[in-house]
Amino acid sequence: MTAVAEHAARRSWVPVCAVSDLVTGGGVAALLPDDAQAAVFRTVAGEVFALSNVDPFCGAAVLSRGILGDTGGVEFVASPMLKQRFDLRTGECLDAEGVRVPAYPVRVVGDVVQVGVP
Amino acid sequence: MSRTLVVVGHGMVGHRLVEAVRAEDTGGTWRVVVLAEEARPAYDRVALSSYVDSWDAASLVLPNADYVGDDAVELRLGDPVTAVDTDRKVVTTASGHRQPYDALVLATGSRPFVPPVPGHDLPGCFVYRTIEDLDGIRAAAEHAAAVRGRAAGMVVGGGLLGLEAAKALRDLGLSPHVVELAPRLLPLQVDEGGGSLLRRLVSALDVTVHTGTGTERIDRDGERLLARLGNGTELDVDLVVFSAGVRPRDELARAAGLAVAERGGVLVDDACRASAPDVYAVGECAAVEGRCYGLIAPGYAMAEVVAARLLDRPATFPGADMSTKLKLLGVDVASFGDAHGTTEGALEVVVNDAVAGTYKKLVVSDNARTLLGGVLVGDASDYNLLRPLVGRTLPGEPGAILAPAGGADSAGGGVGVEALPDDAQICSCNAVTKGAITGAVRDEGCDSVPALKSCTGAGTGCGSCVPMLGKLLDLCGVEQSTAVCEHFPRSRAELFEIVRATRISTFSELIARYGSGSGCAVCKPAVASILATLGNGHILDGEQATLQDTNDRFLANLQRNGTYSVVPRIPGGEITPDKLMVIAQVAKDFGLYTKITGGQRIDLFGATVDQLPRIWRRLVDAGMESGHAYGKALRTVKSCVGSTWCRYGVQDSVGLAIELELRYRGLRSPHKIKAGVSGCARECAEARGKDFGVIATEKGWNLYVGGNGGAMPRHAQLLVSDVDKETLVRTIDRFLMFYVRTADRLQRTAPWIEELDGGLDHLRAVIVDDSLGICADLDEAMARHVAGYTDEWRGVLEDPDKLTRFASFVNAPGTPDPTISFRVEREQKVPVTLGMPEVVRR
Ligand code: SRM
Ligand SMILES: Cc1cc2nc3c(=O)[nH]c(=O)nc-3n(C[C@H](O)[C@H](O)[C@H](O)COP(=O)(O)OP(=O)(O)OC[C@H]3O[C@@H](n4cnc5c(N)ncnc54)[C@H](O)[C@@H]3O)c2cc1C
Ligand code: SF4
Ligand code: FES
Repeated sequence: MTAVAEHAARRSWVPVCAVSDLVTGGGVAALLPDDAQAAVFRTVAGEVFALSNVDPFCGAAVLSRGILGDTGGVEFVASPMLKQRFDLRTGECLDAEGVRVPAYPVRVVGDVVQVGVP
Repeated sequence: MSRTLVVVGHGMVGHRLVEAVRAEDTGGTWRVVVLAEEARPAYDRVALSSYVDSWDAASLVLPNADYVGDDAVELRLGDPVTAVDTDRKVVTTASGHRQPYDALVLATGSRPFVPPVPGHDLPGCFVYRTIEDLDGIRAAAEHAAAVRGRAAGMVVGGGLLGLEAAKALRDLGLSPHVVELAPRLLPLQVDEGGGSLLRRLVSALDVTVHTGTGTERIDRDGERLLARLGNGTELDVDLVVFSAGVRPRDELARAAGLAVAERGGVLVDDACRASAPDVYAVGECAAVEGRCYGLIAPGYAMAEVVAARLLDRPATFPGADMSTKLKLLGVDVASFGDAHGTTEGALEVVVNDAVAGTYKKLVVSDNARTLLGGVLVGDASDYNLLRPLVGRTLPGEPGAILAPAGGADSAGGGVGVEALPDDAQICSCNAVTKGAITGAVRDEGCDSVPALKSCTGAGTGCGSCVPMLGKLLDLCGVEQSTAVCEHFPRSRAELFEIVRATRISTFSELIARYGSGSGCAVCKPAVASILATLGNGHILDGEQATLQDTNDRFLANLQRNGTYSVVPRIPGGEITPDKLMVIAQVAKDFGLYTKITGGQRIDLFGATVDQLPRIWRRLVDAGMESGHAYGKALRTVKSCVGSTWCRYGVQDSVGLAIELELRYRGLRSPHKIKAGVSGCARECAEARGKDFGVIATEKGWNLYVGGNGGAMPRHAQLLVSDVDKETLVRTIDRFLMFYVRTADRLQRTAPWIEELDGGLDHLRAVIVDDSLGICADLDEAMARHVAGYTDEWRGVLEDPDKLTRFASFVNAPGTPDPTISFRVEREQKVPVTLGMPEVVRR
């Protein structure tokens, strides 16, 4: 909690939607300042994560439309384009070593989902 | 300095020789010159009959037969050798080229034997050996069909090749007659009992069989040929194919003064050496110790022997197993070992089941313990197990071994693969023994059929031993995982049965009760498909939406830049100008790229997520519906124009295609399903490349199943013939339902049928003869599907909740995705290829 608080001081939080706008077990895309895009996911267990929406393998902004899953306890989203999996917490690609997408911090304030941008 | 090896003849054996020499000649001893008569490099003559399926010579190409990139091999095509001078060691070709040699290999094959009946050389008479022969037959058949409608053809010779030729004629739309001098078909392979069953089975396939009679003369009668048989029969036919055996091409050897065998063929010893120094003969032209072999495997063995000798390694021809197993006109025939029981004291045990249409004979030693040979007709599934047992002690009573399957052992009869000794050959194409396979499992960790294939080579030829590989893995205690993924320890078929029996209707409940974890991109769509097949509402209802691949989730096909394509259903490819105008207008208004698909419909590309509902609103209002181009579901039923317009058409193929497409639309399945209906045997709808294909006949419809395009193209196989429409539809209903229930995830019908234990015959037993007693159930399931169909896109448009999912951004629903941009190419917009972004690496 303290780590988040520290970082929070240095970033701005963009409100993107109400919790009820999220899809349980799936993702939505959110437009961020400077034309950046986040894919915001809500797992079946109710946890919320945000990654960059852009699939680093094809350059298309599609990760929010991927299927969520887990492997050996790691929760991931599989890109709908060519099915590479990305760790929801870190953005790390599970199928290609050394590849990752930016992971954004997210928080829920009241009913509002907020994505932290640098 | 390297020496010159001259190879005369570039057939399959000549090619194998060159390959073998090149593979082993690491020291560069030999420069190889191949002098060939045919104008194209060696091709797969064994598969020549399959040329009729595609008329594409590329399908017969043998890998690397043009030696491009190998400087040590020179291939001179279309210039036959006319003389050999063994004293000067030089050969001369028709063009006058003189080629000296240090070693000479004759691989000239054989020529078809044409009996000298009067009229044998009339136009319209053919032999069956080369691609050009088949092209000639095809041209004559097409000409005859055009002037005569249903034309007829006569095949002289009822052996293996004769029956293959008859099949080719039948595939060309001719009514074939087969004339065989011996009292039965396949006189060399099968005995009398097998022959008479074979005759019955073949006759049922529209082939008229005349045995025990020769051809007396052939006369020209206007456009046609009149053949008079020895028994007085007169046949009025459009063409004649001679397939009455072959004669070795030993003419060069004779002229050069080389010794030839009594019955023809270049006489060679067991090292394939001819009677002059440094001259060898291999393949069909060679008479090894006086005997010629008309099969490919002995030819290859000879090529290996000569290649070894040329590289100074000892090798001798090991003799050849003349066992054969084949499918002729869809009838299984196998013979092995001493099939005719000529061994002293041999006993025969025969099971002749007229009802099942099977004939099985084992030839055993006088004490009934040792297997000597056998004949199988109608069902040759025991061949792979029995052939390796020849010369060995039988694992049980001969009668019990032949008994119909049904006992504990699934291999049928009483022989199991466990009964085979370690040195028994499992894969005869590649000479791999049982011991080599079990060794690879134990010592090299092969734990699957693909692993065994790449490790031992077994199963990579004709494929008939593949089921045995699976059984050997079982025998070694290797469990071949059929689990869908790490979350479900079950196969797709098992999950299907679980969902069906328990009526579980959500993924969450299924994974909680029968799986673990939260699922993944493999099991979620698989379960979603099962739920959809079993009728659990709209595919985007509730939790189901999150199980779907993006295509299903947005009911459109994802494209490389993140946009989607839209494919309205155009049943059978038939469309009114008005509907075309609607599609055109929609494309214009939304600026969509348009293209005619390979599936006889129109694809509109470049729609963004938020445009999809607006596009579909217009299409649905104009009476169109989802084409399921995005789903693992029925795609298209392609049609040809058929009897309504086409001058050759014999049935209304468009009408049937539309009816079938509407019947099966929306059916969710393990993989996509495609179909086609052609109005006559010309097959303009390419129905035999489809999961199910229907071809009109004069009497009704032929149904073919298991065709596939894609990376592993397959032609669909005939399931039932000349059936009426009701029977046809019922059979397709059952075929699809049985597939949907039992196939693996992402398994098209072709590999599914191949993997069914018993293959097409088993499929036919289940869905035509109801051998499992499940047909009523399958029928009912299909009836439910047909009654429950609704258009998925209409379902979305009518549900505000579902519509909200089609937004570009949750916080800016109308704002276009800034990463998407287009440019113009050939007057239409196309995606700007997103410059490959820097993949972020740490
Ligand atoms: C649009 C179309 C090409 C075209 O412009 O003509 C097409 C496009 C695609 N095909 Fe196809 N196929 C199209 C006709 C075919 C055909 C021809 C036919 O259907 O007669 C074949 C060969 C026949 C067959 O399937 O056996 C064909 C064999 C494949 C395969 C190989 C399947 C296999 O069993 O090996 C794939 C890959 C797969 O499905 O795994 C594939 C996959 C695809 C995918 C889905 C690839 C992808 O994942 O993006 C393409 C996207 C479709 C889309 O709309 O965005 N497509 N594809 C054709 C749509 C037909 C339609 O009206 O629905
Ligand atoms: C339709 C068909 C189906 C068959 N099915 C099977 C099967 O299922 N199983 C099986 O084992 N076998 C089968 N066979 C037999 C098999 O194809 C032959 O055994 C094999 O092709 C023989 O190979 P080869 O190289 O010895 O002869 P060929 O393939 O006949 O090649 C000889 C080549 O030498 C050329 N030639 C001849 N004389 C000269 C010359 N003077 N100069 C230059 N070139 C010359 C010929 O033009 C020819 O290209 C089948 C044959 C046919 C026709
Ligand atoms: S397949 Fe159809 S279009 Fe082709 S010739 Fe026959 S009826 Fe005519
Ligand atoms: S027997 Fe033909 S591949 Fe094994």
